[in-house]
Amino acid sequence: MSETLSSPLSPAAGDGPAASAPLTLSMQGALNRALGEVLEDNPKALIFGEDVGRLGGVFRITDGLQARFGAERVFDTPLAESGILGMSVGLAMAGFHPIPEVQFDGFAYPAVNQIVSQIGRMNYRSRGALPMPVTLRVPSFGGIRAPELHGESLESLFVHVPGLKVVSPADPHQAYHLLRLAGSMPDPVIFMEPKARYWQKGPVDPADAGALEGARIARPGRHLTLIAWGAMVARCLQVAELAAEDGIEVEVLDLRWLSPIDADGLAESASRTRRAVVVHEAPRSSGLGAEIAALVTERCFNTLKAPVERVTGFDVPYPSGDLEDEYIPNIDRILFGIQRVLEHRRG
Amino acid sequence: MESPTPADRGELEELYRLLAAVRQLDTAAVRWQRQGIIPGYAPLLGQEAAQVGSGYAVDPTRDFIFPTYRELGVARAVGVDMVEYMATHKATWHGGLYNPATTHFAPIQAVVGGSVLHAVGWAHGQRLAGPGEDGYNVALSYFGDGASSQGDVHEAMNFAAVMKAPVIFFVQNNGWAISVPTERQVAGGSVAARAAGYGMPSLSVDGNDVTAVLEATRQALAHCRGGGGPILIEARTYRLGPHSTSDDPGRYRSLDEEQAARRSDPLAACEALLRTRFGTPDSFFAGALAAGEAEAEAVRQGLEGLAPRPGSEMFDFVFQQPTPALKAQAAAWRTESEHV
Repeated sequence: MSETLSSPLSPAAGDGPAASAPLTLSMQGALNRALGEVLEDNPKALIFGEDVGRLGGVFRITDGLQARFGAERVFDTPLAESGILGMSVGLAMAGFHPIPEVQFDGFAYPAVNQIVSQIGRMNYRSRGALPMPVTLRVPSFGGIRAPELHGESLESLFVHVPGLKVVSPADPHQAYHLLRLAGSMPDPVIFMEPKARYWQKGPVDPADAGALEGARIARPGRHLTLIAWGAMVARCLQVAELAAEDGIEVEVLDLRWLSPIDADGLAESASRTRRAVVVHEAPRSSGLGAEIAALVTERCFNTLKAPVERVTGFDVPYPSGDLEDEYIPNIDRILFGIQRVLEHRRG
Repeated sequence: MESPTPADRGELEELYRLLAAVRQLDTAAVRWQRQGIIPGYAPLLGQEAAQVGSGYAVDPTRDFIFPTYRELGVARAVGVDMVEYMATHKATWHGGLYNPATTHFAPIQAVVGGSVLHAVGWAHGQRLAGPGEDGYNVALSYFGDGASSQGDVHEAMNFAAVMKAPVIFFVQNNGWAISVPTERQVAGGSVAARAAGYGMPSLSVDGNDVTAVLEATRQALAHCRGGGGPILIEARTYRLGPHSTSDDPGRYRSLDEEQAARRSDPLAACEALLRTRFGTPDSFFAGALAAGEAEAEAVRQGLEGLAPRPGSEMFDFVFQQPTPALKAQAAAWRTESEHV
């Protein structure tokens, strides 16, 4: 724990972390810190799932929390995802704020009935009498050479479900503040953590969240907007750096909220740059990129210089580690996408 | 486990009045469907004692009931408004119009087995909150022999037993899951027998004997209140009617079988008990049935007077905090559909 909380930037580093000091944290450390604060702030908040207690989770996101808050508030469940999510419904009905973890994205599939038909609908079914403040943490997306069903991109599945909100942080600062926010919301939130980014460190300013609603401009630019979320934001920032060497100023828009999508934020950026490329790891067809292309086109049709381009995973099951670099949008494929948009000529 | 005191005359007469009211409401609901007042209904004919006997034992000010879609008898026994309950069958609102938070009767559940885990979660919440002076508040999860095939039911029982959650799994084994008989549904023939595998006690009762059901439920409640963890009750009964008003049992079972099952009618059994044990007169039974008829007629009038909910409610209850996109859709709907 201590290595994730100390910071060379912080004047208080030697005396332990001060709440207002900027920190350098990995995303794992930022998420861990946020969870601790959510549990401190709300005595009704509970963390549970597979191996989240004594072990601290397979990614150590809940590290130390059981020791700090006790085994009633941070507990291991039997190994059954539908059970974890179904239990969350009842705990929410009893006045708790469940923060369950599904250990890996692909293990959410066995819990789809509880997520889609129960958590997503209970507020509606009960006419608002039974709110579902469930913050479901899902280590998400690929890039860590994991076994099958340990690297899925489920956002299109979840965003299509009425009653769920979906968010994905791109860096430690975003992860910290978005999880604190999600953990205080009265509606269900699917919190998709980019597991490939868990161990990259970055600045976290606990005192200054910045705006947490909608999308954010991760890098300003004027020639083209790259739209991404989760682990693809860092890759798009790399691409923007490379493109800048050729004089192309790429704006990187970190979408953050996948449901609801910040349509105004998308339109604001795309109408300025007049070109947009959306990048996601999930399969292409009916992926979130299609929705984004539609939203941008609806709002910016007259100003766009090219159709919205998509650089995505393929319509194939997520491949084994040896092939994942071929599947996940890489720098070359994103650059090709940019080139296609820049070279587009109206016929 | 200690055996609770058997029902006295006052209780048994009250139980009969409940059974009669439920019988009248249930059979009336089938008529209302035939008359076009409601589009569909799932009758509980034959299961009145299982539902009334268990519901009567519950304290709805502290306990919480998790039904499926065939629990009108339980709802009536714990005082849920019958028009608000029947609103689900009138297609007014999926979960019914009653308030589940104040009635402690969860919204009507269409996915069998889906709500069993909710009961376990709620019960675990009671465990975290700690017992009151009279022990834990208890969750009652109602489901059937068909639902017992669902994986969620296994997960629920295992979770509850591991966590010692104060929950009663109340299984109405009514012989049929739509067209599939129990022997094609429940390997081993008994849901109660499965409890042992979870290290959980179980009670198997004649679900058509309202006093047996009441006593078993009281026993189970005492077990849960005392911190003994979960318990399963299997009430053996029979679904005398069709699965729903769209079903045709003639395609999968014989009239002979149905007529044989009718010989163990739960109302008749309760009436016989009252007559032999307490000498209850004819006038009492006639009065109870008449009261039930009057109640059903009042519910019919309430249902006929129930207007559709405003379309804006499609949008109002999706979230506690509606999203900008949803607000925009609601505004567009108002403009294009309501012309305002």
